Amino acid sequence: MNIALEAPYLPLAGKRLRQETSRDDRIKFGLMAVIGLYLVVALGAPLFVMLSKSLSTYRFDLAAFEFQVSDETGAKWGPVVTADALNRTLGAVAEGDLASSADGRLAATKFFPDFSFRSPVHYRIRGTTDDAAFLAGSTLEKGTEWREYDSGTFRRIMLRPARTLGLDNFKTYFSTPALARSIYNSVLMAAISTVVTISIAFALAYGLTRSCMPLKGLFRGILAIPILVPSLLPGIALVYLFGNQGIFKDWLLGYSIYGPIGIVIGSVFFTLPHAFLIILTALSIADARHYEAAASLKASKWRTFTTVTLPGARFGLVSAAFVVFTLVITDFGLPKVIGGQYGMLAVDIYKQVIGQQNFEMGAVVSVILLVPAILAFAVDRRMQKRQVALLSARAVPYVPKPNVRMDTICFAFACLVSFFILGMIAMCQIAAVVKFWPYDLTLTAKNFAFDLMDGGGWSAYANSIRLALLTALFGSVIVFAGAYMVEKADAFRFGRNVFHFLAMMPMAVPGMVLGLAYIFFFNNPANPLNAIYGTMTILVVSTVTHFYTVAHLTALTALKQMDPEFESVAASLKQPFHRLFFRVTLPVCLPAILNIAIYLFVNAMTTVSAVVFLYASDTKLASVAVLNMDDAGDIAPAAAMGMMIFYTNVAAKLIHALLARGLLARTQAWR
Amino acid sequence: MRHALSIEPTPTGIARAPEVAAPYLEISDLWKSYGDFVALRDISLSIAKGEFICFLGPSGCGKTTLLRAIAGLDLQSNGRILQGGRNISTLPASNRDYGIVFQSYALFPNLTIEQNIAFGLENAGRSRAEIATRVNELLATVGLSEQSKKYPAQLSGGQQQRIALARAIAISPGLLLLDEPLSALDAKVRVHLRHEIKSLQRKLGVTTIMVTHDQEEALAMADRIVVMNHGVIEQVGSPTEIYSHPKTLFVADFIGETNQFAAKVLKDGAVEIGHSAFDCSTKDLEAGTTATAVVRPVDIIPHGAHAHVVSAVDRPATPQNLIDAEVREMEFLGMFWRTRLTAPRLGERTLVADFSVNAVRRLNIETGGVIQVEIPRDRLLLFPRSA
Amino acid sequence: MNRHMFLMLAGAMSVALPAIATAQTELTVYTAVEAVDLDRYKATFEKSHPDITINWVRDSTGVMTAKLLAEKDNPQADVVWGLAATSLLLLKTEGMLEAYQPKGVEALDKKFVDKDNPPSWVGMDAYVAALCYNTVEGEKLGLKAPKSWDDLTKPEYKGHVIMPNPASSGTGFLDVSGWMQMWGEEKAWSFMDKLHENISAYTHSGSKPCKMAGAGEAVVGVSFEFPGAKAKSAGAPIDIIFPTEGSGWEAEATAIIAGTANLEAAKTLVDWSVTKEANEMYNAGYAVVAYPGVAKPVEHLPSDIAAKMIDNDFEWAANNRATILKEWQKRYDAKSEPKS
Repeated sequence: MNIALEAPYLPLAGKRLRQETSRDDRIKFGLMAVIGLYLVVALGAPLFVMLSKSLSTYRFDLAAFEFQVSDETGAKWGPVVTADALNRTLGAVAEGDLASSADGRLAATKFFPDFSFRSPVHYRIRGTTDDAAFLAGSTLEKGTEWREYDSGTFRRIMLRPARTLGLDNFKTYFSTPALARSIYNSVLMAAISTVVTISIAFALAYGLTRSCMPLKGLFRGILAIPILVPSLLPGIALVYLFGNQGIFKDWLLGYSIYGPIGIVIGSVFFTLPHAFLIILTALSIADARHYEAAASLKASKWRTFTTVTLPGARFGLVSAAFVVFTLVITDFGLPKVIGGQYGMLAVDIYKQVIGQQNFEMGAVVSVILLVPAILAFAVDRRMQKRQVALLSARAVPYVPKPNVRMDTICFAFACLVSFFILGMIAMCQIAAVVKFWPYDLTLTAKNFAFDLMDGGGWSAYANSIRLALLTALFGSVIVFAGAYMVEKADAFRFGRNVFHFLAMMPMAVPGMVLGLAYIFFFNNPANPLNAIYGTMTILVVSTVTHFYTVAHLTALTALKQMDPEFESVAASLKQPFHRLFFRVTLPVCLPAILNIAIYLFVNAMTTVSAVVFLYASDTKLASVAVLNMDDAGDIAPAAAMGMMIFYTNVAAKLIHALLARGLLARTQAWR
Repeated sequence: MRHALSIEPTPTGIARAPEVAAPYLEISDLWKSYGDFVALRDISLSIAKGEFICFLGPSGCGKTTLLRAIAGLDLQSNGRILQGGRNISTLPASNRDYGIVFQSYALFPNLTIEQNIAFGLENAGRSRAEIATRVNELLATVGLSEQSKKYPAQLSGGQQQRIALARAIAISPGLLLLDEPLSALDAKVRVHLRHEIKSLQRKLGVTTIMVTHDQEEALAMADRIVVMNHGVIEQVGSPTEIYSHPKTLFVADFIGETNQFAAKVLKDGAVEIGHSAFDCSTKDLEAGTTATAVVRPVDIIPHGAHAHVVSAVDRPATPQNLIDAEVREMEFLGMFWRTRLTAPRLGERTLVADFSVNAVRRLNIETGGVIQVEIPRDRLLLFPRSA
Repeated sequence: MNRHMFLMLAGAMSVALPAIATAQTELTVYTAVEAVDLDRYKATFEKSHPDITINWVRDSTGVMTAKLLAEKDNPQADVVWGLAATSLLLLKTEGMLEAYQPKGVEALDKKFVDKDNPPSWVGMDAYVAALCYNTVEGEKLGLKAPKSWDDLTKPEYKGHVIMPNPASSGTGFLDVSGWMQMWGEEKAWSFMDKLHENISAYTHSGSKPCKMAGAGEAVVGVSFEFPGAKAKSAGAPIDIIFPTEGSGWEAEATAIIAGTANLEAAKTLVDWSVTKEANEMYNAGYAVVAYPGVAKPVEHLPSDIAAKMIDNDFEWAANNRATILKEWQKRYDAKSEPKS
């Protein structure tokens, strides 16, 4: 091939060379396909099925039913007429009322205004299609055979709706005030909680990074506590603290804790650690030189704050805000416990599916809940991308100088927040060991006799630990292998991008939505994976998927810190990638992998939202038991189970710390 | 344009005479594009066995891209690469035969020095003892035998670089690729290592390609330099060729320092700069061609003050190339004086000239003085301006 | 995933090795009965029928119903035991139940048996709408215990009454359907309009109002008798009140899932469920059972509960459920703001 001298561009795009694949490439490609397939099966396909389910509607198809009415003797039959024709002349059922749900019923007598059950007239009914279904009393009848009923029985004829595709579910949703109202409520609650949480978290993080207040380590520890409990627990604590029999009921000035107030307080409790950590990181990377510059320019404290501190942390603030917003709007446990009659989207999904068996409407609410979550997620991703460029490697860490007034204020505030957090946990602890709040305050262990309550008993607790361990184990493996493929596989750019997108998706998918999508997808006899429905496997899969993104990002960050040329060096040394992986990549990333494992463990212990739709009788979980016991009114045992989860997570954290220290001492000697 | 790089150009596609040894590495018609951006444009290059080649050019010129194409790390869009007669154009990196050292060294942080060096030796049927012997030998070669049990983070940058080198040559590759291996080091260590790498390369006789943006490094180390710019090879040649006979203005400008003047060819052998005519080799350029005239500061010869011509025995100057200049500034740079001169004959432009300490003392050159300098006819290079 | 592989392997093995299985029939039985009672039922039944093993799958009524409906096209259960009759009617209208006339069903009270012949479900026991009244909190607030449904609409109870949401709770729906059947739709709606003014919360579960009343979170909980008795035993200061007008009720019932591979064993279990022996066991928790003359009084409950039960038309309730709930949600769910 000889390229003409004057050819300014590539000779022929189509002739591009392709690299021969090495064995490594094929193995990597295979691995990526496997993990990509995992994400498609565990995320993409279920969501797609759910979306289509939300468009699956039930409608009375009046043209599918035909009637015939006899004369008074019951022998001579009138003309055959469809229900549709009758309705057009009578206008008995408005067009809008034809939309129905899976258990919709329409009395056949509606089309016969002069119907009387005492009349000797007989009625015949049949379907025009094989699928047309109606009930005679409670007996299901189908098909095109004529069936004859006397008028007494005809009173009990109910037409059943037929399944079609359309937007009827969405129309019904938006025309049901209680449901549509939830959108407003959810957004409002999320917005208020975000503002409050971010303010508190910022003040705390500011105190920890910019003041010389004492006990910083202790406060950090306390602020991590809410992550270790299910979001139901602050709800339960609030019932005891501010409920009608609450210790501090009067503080609410007559307002009820059941509703927005409880939701906001509880949301602040369980989202605070997330916001705090993000903002703390943002403030920690501040460049001391900016402060020196401000000081040299004789800028006032306030001016320094607004021109240096705030702008420096603004990406952290925005990021934290989106995280809190998403957490609150998608959380289900807290509003379930403390929300009272205040409708929230995530609770609506549960109500529709578990309470009313209206899966289609559950899917509709899910789709609606996806919108704000995905929006928040998309905006946040954009912001994050811009932030990277702002970080400078040469920044000088800021070291605060003592300032008695400032330090005292920060310390006092941190104490206040810590009391709030510890108070909530302490309240649950007290509730868990008291005999009959508030009438009999003697101590007892009976609330821990879970086997005597609904909810799942101690086996639920054992299941939770099993789920958490399996999730931590398989999740770490899948997530790390996936992140490795995204970061280190040097070919298949397209596949990697698709993969990365799938890995980022779970962040935007609320747990309830994921759980419901799993029902639709896996609970289908035509699905070859149907076998995992109702097993521990589906719980592990859903939990790994639900918490995939953060784990993926953690793994990615660790991998990005590795020299990108390791793979090239290994290839030049003719070493297979797996040798490099096990000898270098894995040991170097071990701390990150341990962090992923503990993250997955803790979340598997506390999560309710996805698994609430997926557990089976022999795979009940402790967190779900908290929900169900609270649901049944057994609040004290619910608190007790919640505390068991808390203790377990604390223990897990301690073991993790010990393990990390032990392992690191051996494998990270080079650090 | 085509670039044939052997000393005697042998156009590709034409059968070579059997007595001419085939080049060890032969790159032909290589292109690389990223979307619309063409990173490498029609690169052809032959490298003989045992040669030390430097790819030199500013950042973004495509030198690293070319190296990575040779390594199989970034596949070229088009073109052929032969190594030792084997077509490696599309082979995956692991099936090629080279050792590589990166700017970051890419030492495995959790492995000790000896484990790092042994990494490529294991898994290839060698016994433990064999590996240990080889590792010790390599450690001795790079002079770091005492550090074998340490981790990379415990070594200095220069030591890490030597370990990376030892690791790369451990498997006795046919080709050694060095991607800016010295640029992360401080100046002194760099000069020292420069020498070490070169002598190691001589000793091993391994064909070596080094990518660098440092012209000094390239001049000092390379047998031949490949100067690249905008994805194109500007010139290939030995360091002295490149320095003394740059083929393009870019090469002249990139390597060494230059004074540049707008010039016009007056007739064969004479150009106009400013308002004066200068003697100069005009090669094939027609009269009236506009060009850039280039002279290096070190090539300017001082002839003393007061328009007094110092006799130049071995370098007879034509009178036209002798100009009067006023010394505006003098800067002492240790080895020489850098002066800034203004000469009415050159128009408004400042002429930078480097004079030896000796010459300055002898000729009594000082700021504000007027001296006569010569722009030697054969050192005045002419590059036609592209339209 | 390894686990998945293991499952598949295990599945393949169980298919490949059917010879190992003995003549033992395993029945998968879905149930919403209290967990503590299940072991007794299982032990007693299996003692007299050693060739059949019961595998319980237990969950709350709502979840069980959702599960059964979700598995409509691929049922996993052989028998449903102790699920609300209204839920079973829902399954029946989906054609999911196998009609069967159990041996000895004639002995049961007619209102506990499906009207069709052969019946699709047979009842076991009843739970009856009742009020749980917290005497301590009532005294603090100077309230008098309500005697009738109508009393609950009195202004002094404003914000003190809690009831289950009929849309999500079977108990809530039996209350509403009970009022409608007693008073007719129009009167029932006007009653609920007034009641709504006094309601502090509509709970998701039917037993929760009673427990909330027991814990003093509410003064009056509209619930049913069983959790009331339980809460009282646990020390809750409550009275269990059966309103004078009468109470709606729900039967816990048993049915065979159509298409079961173990039809004979399923029939055996359902036959047993209508026996006197079984009914005596139901009486341990429930004051009203399907077999007349068996019930003995339950602690904390009056002995004449059966007399309070209205004449319940399950079919009417099931067929009008969707319409009633739609109206209910329109009227009461829209006011979603919490009450202070």
